[in-house]
Amino acid sequence: MQQRNRLEPYFENLAFERDDNRMVINFGPQHPSAHGQLRLILEMDGEQIVKAWPDIGYLHRGMEKMGENMIYNEFLPTTDRMDYIAATSNNYAFALAVERLLGIEDKVPRRAKVIRMILLELNRIISHLFWLATHALDVGAMSVFLYCFREREYAMDLMEDYCGARLTHSAVRIGGVPLDLPEGWLDRLNWFLNILPEQIDLYEGLLTENRIWRMRLENVGVVTPEMAKEWACSGIMLRGSGIPYDIRKQEPYELYDEVEFDVPVAETCDSYGRYKLYMEEMRQSIRIIRQLIPMYKETEPQLMAHVPEYISAPKEDIMTQNYSLMQHFVLVTQGMRPPVGEVYVPTESPKGELGFYIRSEGDPYPYRMKIRAPSFWHTGILQDLLPGHYLADVVTIIGSTNIVFGEIDR
Amino acid sequence: MMMRPYRPKANVQKRAYYNDRFWVAPRIPEEPVEGSPFEEDLLSLKRKFSIEKAYIQRGQMVVIINPEDNKEVLRHLKEERGYDVLSEMSAIDYLERDGTFEIFYQLLSLERSQRVRVKCRIKEGEAIESVEPIFRSADWSEREMFDMFGIKVNNHPNLKRILMPDDWVGYPLRKSYPLQGDEAAQWYEVDKIFGKEYREIIGPEQRDPAYVNPEDTCNFARIKHEVPRCADPESEPIKIEKFNDDAPLVETFDLKEAKIVNRR
Repeated sequence: MQQRNRLEPYFENLAFERDDNRMVINFGPQHPSAHGQLRLILEMDGEQIVKAWPDIGYLHRGMEKMGENMIYNEFLPTTDRMDYIAATSNNYAFALAVERLLGIEDKVPRRAKVIRMILLELNRIISHLFWLATHALDVGAMSVFLYCFREREYAMDLMEDYCGARLTHSAVRIGGVPLDLPEGWLDRLNWFLNILPEQIDLYEGLLTENRIWRMRLENVGVVTPEMAKEWACSGIMLRGSGIPYDIRKQEPYELYDEVEFDVPVAETCDSYGRYKLYMEEMRQSIRIIRQLIPMYKETEPQLMAHVPEYISAPKEDIMTQNYSLMQHFVLVTQGMRPPVGEVYVPTESPKGELGFYIRSEGDPYPYRMKIRAPSFWHTGILQDLLPGHYLADVVTIIGSTNIVFGEIDR
Repeated sequence: MMMRPYRPKANVQKRAYYNDRFWVAPRIPEEPVEGSPFEEDLLSLKRKFSIEKAYIQRGQMVVIINPEDNKEVLRHLKEERGYDVLSEMSAIDYLERDGTFEIFYQLLSLERSQRVRVKCRIKEGEAIESVEPIFRSADWSEREMFDMFGIKVNNHPNLKRILMPDDWVGYPLRKSYPLQGDEAAQWYEVDKIFGKEYREIIGPEQRDPAYVNPEDTCNFARIKHEVPRCADPESEPIKIEKFNDDAPLVETFDLKEAKIVNRR
């Protein structure tokens, strides 16, 4: 597959110039609205799309292969790089999968569970704010972008105060969380939760009844319930099609069965319905965190599960007790050896169902790790969703699927 | 002279450097399906197909079937038993052990919130029937499986590589494929961008992030033996005055004046 003259652009077997009235155009991979490295090859009839081929793989780093060559604890920071908008949800999905594989899910201390849930919901808010900012920018509303990034900054500051990182958090460990909440963090969180609902009202005031916004979103990108099931859609793509399925409610993990929240569903199946869901989900996340703050204060200070054969002892024990030190040495140099078996663990990440399938053969390295990233299918659906739409709607549809390329290409 | 220990080429992935002689890995228990919410599903499957084995592991039913039945089993589960979402499918490489691939289909019933994993084994070189007519989402998953393992899928609408380039050599997720890439991967970009005739000038792509060449002083520095850039590696090292290893970390410390700046 060598081209004759290397200075000329070269596309695999694509005839861009055709004899009929159709035209083939190339969208991306370097396009500001492609949300990463998405390349779309669109066959157009005038302004209307006849056929669409999404082309992915420009950000492929072989995460599953890397996972097979790392011990379990080593792989955890790598998961940050998948959905980098909400890194903690990846960390958490991986940690939960390993915990279920080890069978120590119910040994995670309650305080760790509360902290994890606060972080997960904070990440959901960050991710949804980011989605709204970029989506509005794509559709043409510049000011919403600025407002959303202001509030996202407050949430990122909270994450930074907790774990020291703004984007790649690694804020969860297998068996618990590494740190307790710093002093005064809950007050700052409370302050943020108090200002956020007003700001969400502000965004909605700018967009919900906005004539341009409605014209560009209503009846654009209609995903019927059948199509959503066929394409394994999850998260808001599924709930936006009128199917009330939220893994936090249906298959609860952590303390999601102890907190009260609603699962909003849109019946319109279009981009506008999904936009409304994002706004409502942010309010529900605020509601969840508000219930978690008093729960945090009632918990014991333990942060990591006490399972000596898989999880290192607390630092005080390692520094004072010989056997804990030996165990820690083995766990760091060789890694934990989970039992033989396999597990598939789904979690509700901001983008949809993020699942880890782990096959263990009893070695410190997973035999097979398959990461079920929701955006992969939300990109695949574009080949059925785009035909019939106009070129100007492509950007709206890509935006409303909320795809992130770190997790599509992995 | 000592010989290098032999390592089988079928699996070049990282392995534990130490294994206890007497350690036997525990297994996750495989619970019986009888008396669980999956019982009906299994009974209705058993009436139509031959089921090799079925058990429940960590709350999800695992069914092992014949590879020829895969499409019909999934159709049955979708149409009769309400498993309407194929949330995931892929393969596992067992070529080293018995020359087979294990293919798994992860199904979800939205109505009952239950998950079933259907598995089957095929030999290397055998093809599997596409389930794309039943679940549209298998379109991309099967392409990914083909891309990563080289498993052919019959009657797939568009079976070509999805993540790797179309002209890539080898199947990256096979256990026989090294993490840093094989020889074809080393030359892929050189050949593609400059052409084969430039191989000698540019050299192979170094794909090991931990690679250090002590002979190459233009790109690497040897700690504590820093020579000028691009100088002979054996030449006299530069004397670095600024760093004194023996100096104490804090030169003067007065307990009275010290204060805690920020307490976590």
